[in-house]
Amino acid sequence: MTASAATPPRPSVEQLASSYAAEVAVKRRRFLIAAAVFAGLVLAAGWMAEVNLPLLFQNIHKFPSYIGRIFLLDSGPMTGRFVLNDVAGWYWGLGKWLRLLADTLLIAYVATLLGAVFAAMACFLAAGNLGASRWVCFVTRRILEFCRTVPDLVFALIFVMAFGLGPMAGVLAIAIHTAGALGKLFYEVLENVDQKPVEGLIASGASWTKTMRFAVLPQVLSNFVSYGLLRFEINVRGASVMGFVGAGGIGQDLIEAIRKYYYPDVSAILLLIIVTVFIIDLVTERVRRHFISQAA
Amino acid sequence: MSSMDSGGYTDIENAALRARYAAVFAPRGRTGWALAAAALALLAFGLWHLGFSPGRFFSGLNRLGDFIIFMFPPDWGNPATLKRFLRSLGETVAIAFLGTLLAAIFALPLSLLAARNTTVSQFLRFFTRRSFDTLRGVDTLIWALIWINVVGLGPFAGVLAIAISDIGSLGKLFSEAIEASDERSVEGVKASGGAKLHGIRFGLLPQVAPVLIGQVLYFFESNTRSATILGIVGAGGIGLEISEMIRTLEWQKVAFLIIMILITVSVIDRLSSLLRNAIAGSKAAPI
Repeated sequence: MTASAATPPRPSVEQLASSYAAEVAVKRRRFLIAAAVFAGLVLAAGWMAEVNLPLLFQNIHKFPSYIGRIFLLDSGPMTGRFVLNDVAGWYWGLGKWLRLLADTLLIAYVATLLGAVFAAMACFLAAGNLGASRWVCFVTRRILEFCRTVPDLVFALIFVMAFGLGPMAGVLAIAIHTAGALGKLFYEVLENVDQKPVEGLIASGASWTKTMRFAVLPQVLSNFVSYGLLRFEINVRGASVMGFVGAGGIGQDLIEAIRKYYYPDVSAILLLIIVTVFIIDLVTERVRRHFISQAA
Repeated sequence: MSSMDSGGYTDIENAALRARYAAVFAPRGRTGWALAAAALALLAFGLWHLGFSPGRFFSGLNRLGDFIIFMFPPDWGNPATLKRFLRSLGETVAIAFLGTLLAAIFALPLSLLAARNTTVSQFLRFFTRRSFDTLRGVDTLIWALIWINVVGLGPFAGVLAIAISDIGSLGKLFSEAIEASDERSVEGVKASGGAKLHGIRFGLLPQVAPVLIGQVLYFFESNTRSATILGIVGAGGIGLEISEMIRTLEWQKVAFLIIMILITVSVIDRLSSLLRNAIAGSKAAPI
């Protein structure tokens, strides 16, 4: 009977219940404080962003009616009918739009390639594990951060002023943004390479360039290509609105159609863009799978 | 005696190596070179077609250099402009915050319909997923232009634009997270007599909530960036100021506005990654 003396007295049910209630109360209080802070933030943001719910409810019907209206023909014998009744009339500008769409794709392609080349050069300086000095590494990273944080449309606005209206400004703007975004992804890949081949090549007396070429590049190339393709997808979307600021592509016609209320043109151009983006998503996804399976 | 190559191997050893690692020594496929050549040819055609010429490029670069010199020192003009800039910066963050919040609120129930394991009908699932694709397929700026027709110019249109395009993106990510969740806890709730909704509330949500909140925070970061350009089409935020200042060649103010954006974006990034790490319970350094 000595064991019972050693065990501590069991807390009574009331004690357990009260400590449980205290715990729950603390948790509940914390949750309420968080909820209150959050609600305060929402209200402040609502005030800042001029949220006007009565206006929204009063005008919300305009949203579906706008969507409906862009699918109605606004000229010719079929005026007021659904666009599919006169596809030729709906896509009256198909030739022009396809040319602009091709321009848009070309802008995205050239910009992705130029940006990727810069990113591939910069990432070797920005990676911390491949011999670049700390200082070089730091500066390169800050430059890349600047390139990807400033929105591409802001670059485009500035470049339109410098290089004149046209796709050149759009290409350069997207290229710089791409260099920043891909540069970061690339140096993160570089920092995760297996160091054993690198050490092997250094030990056998290879130069820095040879080490990069034969030990690092084979490890990272498929990742680079995969990220590049993903970026191409994003850039096609980006290039489709470059025309909003006069930097080339189909955006110019789209914003004109929206601003001047050429309703069926809006849906025609939007549909072209959506279908193109969808096809490009599918194709790049295929190619990326191929590269990833090759790497594995 | 057989000759040795630069690697110090004899011919016989080389032949053995070649035989053993045929794949490594195989001559490079012609398709690789052909692809590279085609890519370069397309690049050259693109540069030509899009109007790149050395003359234009370098005179533009010259002008750009001038602009950059004019940007220093960055300056906000007078206190009144500074106040306006700060106000539009606040607007930008508010647009991103409310837009993301609204998108998350709408995306959650819709993503339940779009996920294989929680949907009520295959037809509805297909329909919801295609709707997500369409919403995502239209750029935020285009949504902003459409909402301006509904609620007029101003930041409210920006909030709605971000909300509607992110319903598509968040809905897709949410439904993928839900599909990847563990079925057993939901089955447990059902086995102990819970209805389907109970299973979702007590089995599924606690599992996926950290993932979903992490994604929402990540979108808040990226929306802060997109909200900075909404003003270019008149949907509120700092973009209006920036495009005005660029058009009127006020380069010192442009530089100041860009610095404001850089600081805000990096502060929001830090905050959000702190929160994300806290929620994920990881002790990784917040970078």
